[in-house]
Amino acid sequence: MLTRKEVEEIAFLARLHLDDDELEKMQGELGAMLEHFGVIAGVDTTDIPPMTHAVPLELPMRLDVVMPSLTTEEALTGTPRRDGDLIVVPAIIVGTES
Amino acid sequence: MAELAQLLEDWEPVIGLEVHVQLATATKIFSPSATTFGAPANSLTDPLVMGMPGTLPVFNRSVLELALRLGVATGSQIRSKSRFARKHYFYPDQPKGYQISQFDEPLCENGHIDVILAGAVKRVKLERIHLEEDAGKNTHVGAVSHVDLNRAGVPLVEVVTAPELTSSEEAAEFMRSLHRLVRWLEISEADMEKGQLRCDANVSVRLRGEDRLGTRTELKNINSFKFVQNAIDHEIARQLRLIDSGGQVQRETRLWDATLGQSAPMRSKEEANDYRYFPDPDLPPLVVDGATMANILRALPELPAARFERYQKMQNLSADDARTLVGDRALADYFDTAIKARPGDTGRTIANWMLTELLGALNAGGITVAQSPMPPERLAALVVLVETGVISGKIGKEIFEESYRTGEEPAAIVQRRGVQQISDEPLLTAIIDSVVKRHQKQAEDYASGKDGLFGFFVGQVMKETQGRANPVMATELLHKRLGR
Repeated sequence: MLTRKEVEEIAFLARLHLDDDELEKMQGELGAMLEHFGVIAGVDTTDIPPMTHAVPLELPMRLDVVMPSLTTEEALTGTPRRDGDLIVVPAIIVGTES
Repeated sequence: MAELAQLLEDWEPVIGLEVHVQLATATKIFSPSATTFGAPANSLTDPLVMGMPGTLPVFNRSVLELALRLGVATGSQIRSKSRFARKHYFYPDQPKGYQISQFDEPLCENGHIDVILAGAVKRVKLERIHLEEDAGKNTHVGAVSHVDLNRAGVPLVEVVTAPELTSSEEAAEFMRSLHRLVRWLEISEADMEKGQLRCDANVSVRLRGEDRLGTRTELKNINSFKFVQNAIDHEIARQLRLIDSGGQVQRETRLWDATLGQSAPMRSKEEANDYRYFPDPDLPPLVVDGATMANILRALPELPAARFERYQKMQNLSADDARTLVGDRALADYFDTAIKARPGDTGRTIANWMLTELLGALNAGGITVAQSPMPPERLAALVVLVETGVISGKIGKEIFEESYRTGEEPAAIVQRRGVQQISDEPLLTAIIDSVVKRHQKQAEDYASGKDGLFGFFVGQVMKETQGRANPVMATELLHKRLGR
């Protein structure tokens, strides 16, 4: 069973705000899902290589040729705040560049 | 409190580096927007970079070729099947909510880079070299941050060393070696001022003789060879003083501030360091086949370390000259072409002319070796004129200047200016004879022991011949004529 603290952490990572009722509900629902994965994890997979894709496919590649970009206006259409051509967001780290 | 030097007798620093190198492609790693540096903010994006729903990444083939060159040149094991993974974090420089990187199956593993330290070559192990996309650029301005997404999606390789560097000097020298190598391989411009080569350093200390590693801190934001050295020195001293005063090193990320010359813990709202890596379902495995590998191997140039050894053995050069020549591939290639145009030479003469006259002129004009108006074959021809005694070294420098400026062949300039060296013994003897006759008094003084006057006679002979007298021959004949 998931602890309440674990559910809070998962909600934080997903940037979801959950109130007390929702936390309790999620604790139950996520817990049930994890239990089901526990059943799957119990299958013996010795000597079976992990499968990360459903179909056996190699990575398709393209040539290194420039195609038109979005215009700056198109790119910034969904931006709530801007300063000239820059997107403005609340400060994340104080006092430097990255 | 104990002195730092004293603490270092007991404690050993251990440093590992993570270096990001921007690959010199025209387009981004998973989308066809340009990678041009300095373009207007947010002018190089596309729906994928903006994290629009329904977009899919398509891999840039050039990224693989450039990364493989580095993998092969570092003797790495290349995975025939490597995988991309999503590294999740919320940050405005990454609209998708994850960075595409490689996690448990990177392209290259277990390579090495040979670092030339004072008097010894140290082989530094590389744990891995993997591919990833860069993030956008955040500039923090008071209560807000500005975001430019032009850099988001630009291809990077991350080179991770084993924790086996033991001083800031070694770390800086490793950076120089890697910088030289990626430029040599023509996979990156590696311009540090443009952020094309960036370094994070993991620093810890342990008692000498101890096998286990101490608690490490990660230093971010070190973007020059000098800062690497300063930041690491500062961090080693900070950790040792902390331990000496009874404290404990905390596992943390610290930001280096080059202006203040100190680091401070990085405080981020993203406290949870839980990246939830998993294989990217949009990207099937990256397969490297035999034909691709064969092409990379065939095109691989002779590497700097190998060329350094060849120069030291074959060309009878000093270690310093050899190291300067391999500092830049264009310079080393220039040298090789000049040598080929002048077979049998020890190389030392050509190296001397290159490192003094040529580099001097190039630096004065602010241009690179590749842009030199003086091709290597022409420099070699000039060196031949000096070496075979057609012109003196002094005249040679004048011919160099004129040829560099006008592009005229050295032999033609020598002909036109009539500056061939006089090595004709009867002619020189006659000139010396007339000089001595005109300065009878000085000849007598010299004969009676005034040694300083010999230079006077050499000067007179040179004046008489407009500097064209073969200096060795003139000295010899003067001694004979003056009686000692």
